[in-house]
Amino acid sequence: MSDTALPGLTAAPSLTDAPKALPPSGLWGRLGGGFSRWLKSSSPWLNLLGLVGFLLLWQLLSRVLKVPLFVKLPGPWETVVEWFSPRPVYGISVFTIEYYQHIGLSSLRVFLAFLLATGLGVPLGLLMGWKKTFSDYAFPILELLRPIPMLAWVPLAILMWPGRESSIVFLTFLGSFFATLLNSWLGVKSIDPAYFRAAASLGASESLIFKKIVWPGAMPFVFTGLQISVGYAWFSLVAGEMLAGEFGLGYLIWDSYILVQYPVIIIAMITLGLVGSLSSFIIRAIGNALIRWKVKENG
Amino acid sequence: MSVGIGGRLEARNLAKTYELKSGPREVISDFNLTLEPDTLTVVMGPSGCGKSALINLLAGYEDPTGGEIYLDGKRVQGPGPDRLVVFQETALFPWLTTFENVAYGPKIRKELKGANLERTVLDLLKLVGLEEFRDKYPSQLSGGMQRRAELARALINQPQATLLDEPFRGLDALTRSLMRDYYLDLFEKRKGTHLFVTAELDEGLTLADSLVIVTNRPATVKKILKVDLPRPRVEAIRAEKEYLALKAEALELLHEEAIKSFKAGGLNSADFVGAYAALA
Repeated sequence: MSDTALPGLTAAPSLTDAPKALPPSGLWGRLGGGFSRWLKSSSPWLNLLGLVGFLLLWQLLSRVLKVPLFVKLPGPWETVVEWFSPRPVYGISVFTIEYYQHIGLSSLRVFLAFLLATGLGVPLGLLMGWKKTFSDYAFPILELLRPIPMLAWVPLAILMWPGRESSIVFLTFLGSFFATLLNSWLGVKSIDPAYFRAAASLGASESLIFKKIVWPGAMPFVFTGLQISVGYAWFSLVAGEMLAGEFGLGYLIWDSYILVQYPVIIIAMITLGLVGSLSSFIIRAIGNALIRWKVKENG
Repeated sequence: MSVGIGGRLEARNLAKTYELKSGPREVISDFNLTLEPDTLTVVMGPSGCGKSALINLLAGYEDPTGGEIYLDGKRVQGPGPDRLVVFQETALFPWLTTFENVAYGPKIRKELKGANLERTVLDLLKLVGLEEFRDKYPSQLSGGMQRRAELARALINQPQATLLDEPFRGLDALTRSLMRDYYLDLFEKRKGTHLFVTAELDEGLTLADSLVIVTNRPATVKKILKVDLPRPRVEAIRAEKEYLALKAEALELLHEEAIKSFKAGGLNSADFVGAYAALA
C-alpha cells in the first residue's frame, strides 16, 4: 500500500460501484514503472550500503583480523582482482574462455533437465489434479519417490545412465521434477469448483475444460512451481557435477578445492548465484507476461 | 432482442437426501414447482433450508435422490446451456476479459462467430453498462460490475431457464438496489424463465411474478403468492396497498418457518427470527 493512501478510505465499501484502479498493462509497463519508482526511493542506496558493509566485514574477518574460522577464506579484494584479471593466477576469470565453458555447460545441463521436468511434470500434475482416478494411480508412487533425497540417487544414476553427462542431467531433472509436479497439481486443486460448473453449464466439452479452465487456472501455481524447480535444478546440478562431472561450475568448485585454488571457489559460487537468479528472473518474466489477468490490486 | 424465449421448467416430486457421517439428511422432499414460461419466480425460505441445493438440482450439478426435472415437457439430467446459473459468488473466469467471458458460451458451442458474435456481445454489454470495460479482467471490475458481467454471460446463451442463487448477496445496499434495477430492466426487456433465490423480502416482492415460500428443512413448497403488480416495476409500488398486504402475508409465512427452523436449531436461525420480528 502506498504511503499516501488513507487506511479508512481504502477499506470503505465501494458505494459508487466504480472500477478498481487499473495498473499499467503489459510486462514492460509494469517492470518499467516499478524500476523508476525503485530508483527514486531510498532502496538502491540501502542495497548498496548493505553490500559494501558485507564486503568490508568479509575483508576485515579474513584478512585484517585473521579470525581462525575465516583465515583460509580468500578475501573479497583478491577474489575480485582474480575474477577480472586478464592474466588470472589460477586460469579462471571473465577474460578466459574456460570460465564461459563451465557456465555454458552447467546452464545447458540445467536447461535440458528443466525442460524435461517441465515437459513431464506439468502435464502429469495437471492430469492428477483434474482427474481423481489418475491421481489415485499415481499418488502412492510419487509419495514414495518424492521424499528420497536427490543425493541418494547418485549411485543409481551413474549405474543406469550411459556416460556422465546423462547421469548429471538425470539427477538435475529429479531435483526439479517433483516441485513442478506438486505445484501443477496444487494449481488445479486451487481452481474454484464454480468455474468447472460454469463451464459445464455453458456447454464446454472435456477437452475445452482442460484447455480453458484447468490450464489457465493452474498457471499461477505452475509458474511458482517452475521458479522453485529451477532452484532445485541448480542445487542438484552442483551435487551431480561435484560427483561425476568433468566440466561445469559444480565441478570447478570441487576441482579448485582439491587444487587449492580457493579464489576460484568463490568466483564459481558467485557465478552460480548470478546465473541462478537470472534463470528464475526469466521464468518470472515469462510467467508475468502469460498471467496478465492476475492483477495486483494496488498496481 | 428476442422476447419470449423462456421454457417451462418443472420440478416433480423432487427429493434430495445427503448421506452424512451423522446419518442421512433430507434436504428437499416432495418438491413440486412449475416455472411458467417468461415469468420470474422468487424463492424464499429460512436460511439453510436447502435453496442452494434446489438450484444445484435444477441446474443438473447434482442428481436428485427422487423425482424428476422437466424442461418443456422433456426430462433433463446433467448441466447444460438450457438452464444457466448465476452464482452467489462470481464465477467469471478470471483469466478472460469481460468480452471473452460473455462470448464464452456461444463461442465454444460454435453458435456465433466473428462480427456476429462481437455485435451480440457488445449489445448485451451495452445493456448492462459494461461496454467500456470489455477488455478488463474480472479482478479489475467492482463487485456490482462483476455481477452484471455474469448476468450478461448467462443471458447471451438465451437459456430456457435462468437460475439465480442470491446473485446480489455481499453487495453494499446502494449497489444492490442499482443491480436490482438493472436486473429488472433486463428481465422486462428480454423475458425468459427466471428462478431467483433471495433472503430479502422487499427485493423478492419487487421482482416477482410469483413468490414461493419454502418450508424449513426438508424444503417443500409452503405457499405460492401471486404478485400481480404492473410492470415495469418502480420503487413506488412498495407504498401500494396490494404490495403491503402481500408483504404482511409473506412475513407471517416466513416467520412461521423461521420459528420452526429456530426450534430445530437451524444455522443462523436466531438472527433470522430476530430480523423478521423486527420487520413485522
